[in-house]
Amino acid sequence: MKNSTRTVNRIAAPVKSAAQRFAYLLLILGAVGVLVIGRVDVASMEQVQIQIVDAVAPILDVAGRPVESFNRGVERMQELYTVYDQNEKLRQERDRLLHWQALARKLETENRTLKGLLNFSTGPEPSFIAARVVADPGGAFAHSLILNAGDRAGVRKGQATVTGDGLVGRISSVGRRSSRLLLITDLNSRIPIAIESNRTRAVMAGTNTGRPRLIHLPTGAVIAKGDRVVTSGHGGVFPSGLPIGIVASANDGIIEVQPYVNRERIEYVRVLDYNLQGIIQSGPDRSARAPVR
Amino acid sequence: MKPTVWHRMDTMSRQLTPFLLTIMLVLLSAIPFQVPGLARIMPLFSLMAIFHWGVNRSELLPVYAVFCIGIFQDALSGVPMGVHTVVFVMAYSVVLAQHRFFLGKSFYVIWLGYALVAAGSFLLIWMLVSAFSAAAVDSRAVVSQYLLSVGCYPVVAHLFSRWQRAVLQQV
Repeated sequence: MKNSTRTVNRIAAPVKSAAQRFAYLLLILGAVGVLVIGRVDVASMEQVQIQIVDAVAPILDVAGRPVESFNRGVERMQELYTVYDQNEKLRQERDRLLHWQALARKLETENRTLKGLLNFSTGPEPSFIAARVVADPGGAFAHSLILNAGDRAGVRKGQATVTGDGLVGRISSVGRRSSRLLLITDLNSRIPIAIESNRTRAVMAGTNTGRPRLIHLPTGAVIAKGDRVVTSGHGGVFPSGLPIGIVASANDGIIEVQPYVNRERIEYVRVLDYNLQGIIQSGPDRSARAPVR
Repeated sequence: MKPTVWHRMDTMSRQLTPFLLTIMLVLLSAIPFQVPGLARIMPLFSLMAIFHWGVNRSELLPVYAVFCIGIFQDALSGVPMGVHTVVFVMAYSVVLAQHRFFLGKSFYVIWLGYALVAAGSFLLIWMLVSAFSAAAVDSRAVVSQYLLSVGCYPVVAHLFSRWQRAVLQQV
């Protein structure tokens, strides 16, 4: 009996190692297959990606809260040291803002009168969805954030997302209770922009660094350091006039923009819902769908 | 003495811990810590974990588990699906092929081995992502992330070694 088990082992061992090597090859081919399918059928692979994220988003949401409380505690302690200076600065800013408030009221009345004279029709008012950032996967290869609002909250692919400081990015894929926000600094981000002062139009492309670049500039465009960059609204992708950042450097024909938004300080964002169709198709007409599946 | 159900369940849960710990590391690295500048160069902890288990307890982390970890890392980080998967499975195959070399060597040799495997992995990820985006990823951020990943390896390896001594001795 011992002989038969030894013979079985002698046959089984090389078969097992061949099967193992076959398994590695199969898995590598499987991974390459995933890569290829991801290029051929971008939409379904994106769906798979966001479904996986959807499954773990609640865990990340809960796990991130102690970190958030800790950071807030540290911030509060730091603020204790600077409370007098901060008070003085806030008083000065309040005086400045009161002046701007008076000016804004005057301009608002003037605007209303002029609009009435021209029979001007304003665009649609946006609604927004507040969402919390539950994950920042980080890394040098992709710049995105995971939000805890998804299809159920009304988030749709392509919607612009802002904070109080300015434009953060756009929604690139949506799950049931989470969504992925593609930051303006990501390599794949392309945003039609305009220079606020002279309305020069260009496209802002992310480079996976902290400062996106302007591409597709018209010939003879004059852009200087310090110019404000806002969305231009072209292509119907984003509403126009959203603040993005400020031109940080314009040497060697490469123009870099310093965004107003600081990635690491983003906690809560507003996803703007302008009901724009734009060039980003999100499958069959979503407005006709029943709200609860 | 035939092992009871509880004993078998205990063994099975211990055997699952390397995989589960790696998944947890992937999740932990995604939590927004709000440290200035860290997000862009967050170390690739999953590669460290895969390398460590490949060198020390490869029977507890089969190749298909590495495949799943790669898929999970892809889904979470937002790179094109399959990038980390391909790189992790290939890196793991390399580690397993060189397994005999790592047996009994000092930690510094293993660390150097990790630095080499990580260099190859980062280069491959960089090439794949650049090819898919038709634009070169900025090399400074990649190099910083690589250096940080190599620097953090001893911490991860130490924690996992303690886990091995505490939990995986009987398995």
